[in-house]
Amino acid sequence: MATIKVNGQQRDVSGIPADTPLLWVLRDHLGLTGTKYGCGVSECGACTVHIDGEAAQSCVTAISDIGDASVVTIEGLSENGDHPVQQAWKAHNVPQCGYCQVGQMMTCAAMLAANPNPNDDEINDGMWNICRCGTYNRIRDAVKTAAKEMR
Amino acid sequence: MSNSLQHTTLRQWIENARRETAIDPGPTSRVARRDFLKGIAAGSLVILTAKNGDTIAARADDLGTDDSLSPSLFVAIEPDGTVKILAHRSEMGTGIRTALPRVLADELGADWNKVVIVQAKGDRRLGDQNTDGSNSIRFFYKTMRVAGATARTMLEQAAASQWGVNATEVSTNNHTVYLNGVKKKLEFHQLVEDASKLRTPEPADLRFKSPNDFQYIGRKFPIADLDDILTGKAEFGIDARIDGQAFAVIARCPVVGGVVESYDAEAAKVIPGVIDTIELPRFQGAPLFQQLGGIAVIAESTWAAWKGRDALKIIWQEGPNADYDTDKFIATLKDTVKANGQVMRNQGDAVTAIADADRKVSATYSVPHLSHAPMETTCAVADVKTNEAGDVLSCYLKAATQNPQAVQQAVGPALGIPNDQVHCDVTLLGAGFGRKSKPDYCVEAARLSRILKRPVHVTWTREDDFRHDYFHTISAVHCEAGLDTHGKPTGWLMRAAYPTIASTFAPGADAPATWEAEMGLTDLPYDVPNVRVEVGKAKAHTRIGWLRAVCHIFQNFAVSSFADELAHAAKADPFKFLLNTLGDDRHLDIAALKLGNRGADPKEYPYDIGRLKNVLTRAANNSSWERHAQLPKGKGMGIACCRSFLGYTGHVVEVSVSQEGVVSVENVWCSIDSGTIVSLDRVHAQVEGATIMGISQAMYGEMPMKNGRAIHSNFDGFQVAKMIDAPKAIHVDIVKNDAAPGGVGETGIGSFAPALCNAIFAATGKRIRDLPIKNHDLSWS
Repeated sequence: MATIKVNGQQRDVSGIPADTPLLWVLRDHLGLTGTKYGCGVSECGACTVHIDGEAAQSCVTAISDIGDASVVTIEGLSENGDHPVQQAWKAHNVPQCGYCQVGQMMTCAAMLAANPNPNDDEINDGMWNICRCGTYNRIRDAVKTAAKEMR
Repeated sequence: MSNSLQHTTLRQWIENARRETAIDPGPTSRVARRDFLKGIAAGSLVILTAKNGDTIAARADDLGTDDSLSPSLFVAIEPDGTVKILAHRSEMGTGIRTALPRVLADELGADWNKVVIVQAKGDRRLGDQNTDGSNSIRFFYKTMRVAGATARTMLEQAAASQWGVNATEVSTNNHTVYLNGVKKKLEFHQLVEDASKLRTPEPADLRFKSPNDFQYIGRKFPIADLDDILTGKAEFGIDARIDGQAFAVIARCPVVGGVVESYDAEAAKVIPGVIDTIELPRFQGAPLFQQLGGIAVIAESTWAAWKGRDALKIIWQEGPNADYDTDKFIATLKDTVKANGQVMRNQGDAVTAIADADRKVSATYSVPHLSHAPMETTCAVADVKTNEAGDVLSCYLKAATQNPQAVQQAVGPALGIPNDQVHCDVTLLGAGFGRKSKPDYCVEAARLSRILKRPVHVTWTREDDFRHDYFHTISAVHCEAGLDTHGKPTGWLMRAAYPTIASTFAPGADAPATWEAEMGLTDLPYDVPNVRVEVGKAKAHTRIGWLRAVCHIFQNFAVSSFADELAHAAKADPFKFLLNTLGDDRHLDIAALKLGNRGADPKEYPYDIGRLKNVLTRAANNSSWERHAQLPKGKGMGIACCRSFLGYTGHVVEVSVSQEGVVSVENVWCSIDSGTIVSLDRVHAQVEGATIMGISQAMYGEMPMKNGRAIHSNFDGFQVAKMIDAPKAIHVDIVKNDAAPGGVGETGIGSFAPALCNAIFAATGKRIRDLPIKNHDLSWS
C-alpha cells in the first residue's frame, strides 16, 4: 500500500509498517496533528476521524486496513472551519482546553449525518467521547444546534 | 516529620529544592533580555516593571541590554497601533491566556481586534508563572491594570500635549484618545512615537477605570484560541515539533524507586524505525520533578518507539515500595485516625464536650488515590546542543507545562547548567489539573536530547500517565461530634491521616502539613465552642502530588458529609442546620487559627462567614430546596458549602437512584462568590467542569495499588464521567461582588461530592463514607 486517501488527496505512506495505526501515520508521518492521541485503545474518542463517512478511532485502525477508503480528518472537515458542527461548537463556546474537541466534533458530524435529529438518549449514546474538562452539557447543546442547522 | 518541616509551605519546599540544586550562573552569564523584545517592532512603546517593582515605560529601541531593567508583565504598542500583550500563565482550559490580557486591554482602552497575545517563555523576572492553585487572576489582576493604565496615561498625555490641553480633558476608548466635548480624536498609532518619549507617570498620576466603564472585565467573551482549537490548528505539547526531532517513549519501573536489572536493547533495535535505546538513571533522593528513570526507546515515529518499548523484556529491581497495597493501607489509615494524633487546632475542650453531650455522632470517611488523567498526556520536545566534549551549549524546550519556571529549575540541574539558560516555550495544554506543573517529562526529554545529540520529543502513553502519575493522596478522616438537647453541636473533633505532598519533596515527610490540613479541616467554619483537629502519620509509597482542589477533595467531603449526618441526627433540615451552625455573619480569626490563608492578606481576603452563608442560601433558593422533604423514595436533594482557594461555593445536587441502585445526577445548582470576575463565561465553564470532575471523582475515582503498582492503566479501568453521566442541567449562579478576586478553577469542586452523597442518602437512606460511589450497593425496594 503506497498511498492512502486523506482529505481528498492521495498521500504517500510507502515504507511505513503496515500495522501502524492511522493515528500515528497522520500525526508523525503526514503532519496532520489535529487528530489527537488520548488512550490508544478506543476508549476515549480523541482520535476520531471519518473513514468513508463513518466515525472511526484512528488509534486502533491499522493503515493496512484502510485500502481505498477515504479518510477525513479535522483538517478536511470543512474548507474554512465553518462546518455546522464547528459553528455550533463556537456559538456555545464549548472548548475548555480543547484537546478532545476535534474528536468530539468528528463524532458529532458523523452521528448527525446518519441521524439528523437525535434525542437526548441518542446523544448520550452517540457522543461517548471523554472530555476531562467536563464540557458535556455544552456539547449536548451544541449537538442540538448543529442538528438544527444541518436539517 | 519534625514540626518545622510540617509548617513549611509547599512553595518553600520547592524553593528550597531549587536553591539546593541550582547551578551557579557565574559572573559571565547573561540572559538574553532581547527575548522579551523579539517580534516587537522598533519604535514601540513598551511597559515593564523594574526590579524594585516600579512600572517603567520605554521605547523598545532604547532598552538595549540594560540589566537594571528586569521586565515583568509587559505590553508593547507598536507604531502601527498593534498592541502586544504578554501572556505569562499557561492555557489549560481556564481561559487565562485570554482573561489576563483582556484585563490589560480594558484598562488600556484597546480595541481587542488590534491585540496580539504573545505567549511568554519561562522567566522568573515575570513573577510567578505556576498556573496552579487558582491563583492567576488573584496574583496579576492589579498588575495588569497598572500596566494598562500606565500605557493609557502616556498616550493621553501625548494627545493632550498635541492639543495643548490638560490630560484630564481627554479620555480613551476603542484604541482612540478623544478630546472631551469636542470632535477631536487621535488613534493609538498616531500617538506611539510621542508617548514613547515621555517619562513614566507616577503611580499617583494613574487614573483607573471605574468598574461601571469596564468593556471586557466581567463580560462574556470567547477565548482567543477558539478558532484554532475548532480547526485542529492549535498546538499542544504533543504536537510540538522541532526540525529533525526523534520520538521517544520510556519504560519506567512500575514501582516508584525501582531500577533496571536487565533488558534486551537489541530486541528493541530490530523494530523498524527504532534508532536507539538509552538508559535514564533513577532520581536521587526525593522524587521532586526528577525523571523516574528507566529505558527510553527512540524512534522515527511514536508508534515505532512504542513497539520498541514492548520488545525490551525488562527485569526490574523494584525496591522498598513493592509491597504497597492500598487495600491494606487504607485499613491502616483508618486505624491511625482512631488514636490521638498531633494537634493542629484546639479550641475549648472538644473531647469533654463530646463525652458530656446529649447525643454523640461519629463517622470515618475515606477517599482513594486518584489520577489526574488530563486528555493530553504529558509531552515535551527538547533540543539540547553540546560541544564535542559533551558540554551543554544551549537548551531549548517546548512543553505543555503549567510552570515553565519549574521546567527551568528541574532541567538546569539535570544538565548542569544555570536555570536561566534553559529556554522553555509553552504550548497549549490538553488540560493539566496539577499534573503538568510537575515537569519530570521535560527532564526526560532534555536528558535524551543531550545524549542523542538531536531534538527528542517524549510522549507519555496513556498507560504511562496512569501508572506513573504524581497521585492524589489516599486518606482517612474521622469525625466525632456531640449535640445538645436542641440538636446544636457542642464539640467537634476530626482526625486525618494521609501521605503528604511534602513527601515528594523531602524524604521523611510523613504527616499532613499545616497547609494541607487547612484545606477543609483546621479552617472549619462552623460556630462550635469546642473544636479539635489532629493529624496522624502516614508514609508515602508512591509519588504524591496535588490534583485540582487538592485536600478539599477529601477533607470537605468528610466535613460536609458529617455535617449532614449531624443534621439528620438532630432531626433538622440540612440546609437550616448548616445555616444555624455557621452562626452569625463574622470573619474567622485567621491569625488565632494560624491559617496561612493561601498567603493572602486577611484584610483583603477574610474568611467571611456571611459570604459562605450567602452562597449556601442562594443555592438552596435556586433549587427550591423546600421540595426536598416531599420527594419520593429514590429521589433526593443534598446540600453542602465550602470556602476553597479564597472563593465560596454552595451546592445543591438532585439525584434519582433506581431500585437497581443506578445513580443519575439530575440537576446541580452551584452558587459561587469569588469576588471580582474577569471572564464571566469561563467562570461558568469552570463551575460546569468542576461538576463533571466532581462526578468523576465521587462516582468512579479510584486508583488502587497492589505490589507497589497502579492497577489501572487506561480509561477502561480508571473510569471517568462521560456524557451519559452529565446532569440534565448545571445551574451556575455567580455572585456579583467587587471584592478582591479569589480562585475559581478549583473552587467548584469542594462542596460538590458531599452534596451528591448527601442527596444519595436522602434518596436511599444509604450513607456513602468511602468513595467512590460505584463500589456501593445502592439498590432499594
